[in-house]
Amino acid sequence: MSIRSTLAQHLDADDPWDSRHPIIEVRDLSVGFGERLIMDGLSMDVRRGEILGVVGASGTGKSVLLRTIIGLVKQRRGMVKVFGHDMAKVSSQRRRLVESRWGVLFQHGALFSSLTVKQNIQFPMREYLKLSEELLDEMAMVKLRLVGLKPEAAERFPSELSGGMIKRAALARALALDPEIVFLDEPTSGLDPIGAAEFDELIATLQKTLGLTVFMVTHDLDSLAGICDRIAALGDGKVLCEGTLEQLTKHPHPWLQAYFNGPRARASQIHTQRGSARP
Amino acid sequence: MATPRAIWSKATAGPTSLVLSGSWNAGHAASLEALLKQVAGERKAADGSGRLTLECAGIVGMDTLGAYLIHKMRLGLAEGGGDVAVSGLTAAQETLLGEVAIARRPTEPVIEVNGAYHLLADVGEAVVDAGRDLAHGVAFFGAVVAALGRLAVGRARLRLPSVVTQLERVGMRGVPIIVLISCLVGAIIAQQSIFQLRTFGTVHFVADLLGILVLRELAVLLTSIMIAGRSGSSFTAELGSMKMREEIDALETMGLDPLEVLVLPRIVALIIALPLLTFISSMAGIAGGGVVAFVYGGVSSEVFFSRLQGAIGFNTFMVGMIKAPFMALVIGIIACIEGFAVRGSAESLGSHTTASVVKSIFVVIVVDGLFAMFFAAINY
Repeated sequence: MSIRSTLAQHLDADDPWDSRHPIIEVRDLSVGFGERLIMDGLSMDVRRGEILGVVGASGTGKSVLLRTIIGLVKQRRGMVKVFGHDMAKVSSQRRRLVESRWGVLFQHGALFSSLTVKQNIQFPMREYLKLSEELLDEMAMVKLRLVGLKPEAAERFPSELSGGMIKRAALARALALDPEIVFLDEPTSGLDPIGAAEFDELIATLQKTLGLTVFMVTHDLDSLAGICDRIAALGDGKVLCEGTLEQLTKHPHPWLQAYFNGPRARASQIHTQRGSARP
Repeated sequence: MATPRAIWSKATAGPTSLVLSGSWNAGHAASLEALLKQVAGERKAADGSGRLTLECAGIVGMDTLGAYLIHKMRLGLAEGGGDVAVSGLTAAQETLLGEVAIARRPTEPVIEVNGAYHLLADVGEAVVDAGRDLAHGVAFFGAVVAALGRLAVGRARLRLPSVVTQLERVGMRGVPIIVLISCLVGAIIAQQSIFQLRTFGTVHFVADLLGILVLRELAVLLTSIMIAGRSGSSFTAELGSMKMREEIDALETMGLDPLEVLVLPRIVALIIALPLLTFISSMAGIAGGGVVAFVYGGVSSEVFFSRLQGAIGFNTFMVGMIKAPFMALVIGIIACIEGFAVRGSAESLGSHTTASVVKSIFVVIVVDGLFAMFFAAINY
């Protein structure tokens, strides 16, 4: 059976996993490179429909955690369940089905440099969906509009785009298959404060309209304060603390204290917006 | 779950409505598109005008694709001048429909062009490109010579560590493969010549043939082609990826000349390494041929070497060696030009690396031909 027809059935099939369970479950995860152990017995949950921010000092494995969940890095021990499927044990076909239900925005966009923005967005659609050329073009335009890019950007190559446009185009590609989970790796890094604020707002709007679950690795205090429902702080190979912004700011761990009560945190909106969920 | 449906329902009183149900999502893209066409056709047949409502309460799963198709259906149905309303959507679906409601783009007219016209245009373009390549090559050569001149008068610095690194990569690490290939080619030529010379009973002339052929032409050609494939391609890829990641721009902003920092060490290393490799290749070729002459042709080493001594002079050896630095220069220049010509995409890097190797090998053979004419003219 082709992956496409399986996908068509799957989109309709009753989900094997109870929607009250976490959409992503990570249990006792250990990941290391050579002698170095990055994560040691890390456990966390991502609930359906929330925006989860993952923070941590450099080298605590935020990006590695993201890459382990999406299967780019192999774990040494532990379990990652996405939509209730243990990703280490699923068949390759099941894995592809799960992969078609998430979208990933890489830190530097990772747009295919030899394709135009439109072709980049259409690439996963061509692979997984049976659409006419006309509808493919129109859907690419819809996605462009969703992420706030002008139609003129469609025919440009990634090397001709600005940093902010690359992020938006990459987000459009991540949304091409209407995923249920979106993984964002430092979505606002490299953007100016205005661009970053716009991007945060875009993610929050999309999350609401499309009912997305967002897993976001970030350093941006404003993103954390502005749009995240819950925050998980990584450190010492584990989740130091998981909860709302308010809970994290009160945590005694020295790094968290420095992070949330440092000069940059005071300058950002954190302390004025503490407690309010979304702007 | 349900496949998508659209059923006309004529209410006894009030406006006509179209009841949409089932899953309107990407999984049903093909049937949804067919459905849209069918609805448009039926509407036309029924003389579509007047008020119409799209009843969407029966829709169970709607994603952006489904929402866009509902939007498109609404636009299509309203074309006849009617008024089309959408009802029964949940709040979230309503927002989604609003988000995807883009204006349909007018399709651009396709301009039909004659095939012959295309052919002519392509030929013309290729000729112009070739001319531009030549001009560019000469300009770059000029720039390299100017840099060498600055070097000679002490206004530029030759980066010795860089030259040595490149020498190791181009020269040292190239030795095994060049020895192997030359040895094999020498052996094959010896075997073929012996096979033919047997008819005349002059097997020992294989030494003359092999010596002249390898020293004058084969060694330098084989080496140049190997180096173009081995080192020329890596120069292009290195410079190209540096260009892609703005490293070359960074060099320039530091007040350094990329030509001096990146190109000169590579070209100097090539000019030193290629004659050395050519020499090694000559020796390996003759050795390979000599072994075959002994084993297959029964030519003893005394006969082989005395024939060789008689057949080749110092000039035979020099003809090959003189050519080597020129080959190095064209390979280096072409590799660097192609490297600097790389634009942003990965595809561009690949196509320029290919172009670098293909052009280098072509030019190497052309240069070899020119030298052959020159040496024949001066009777060397």
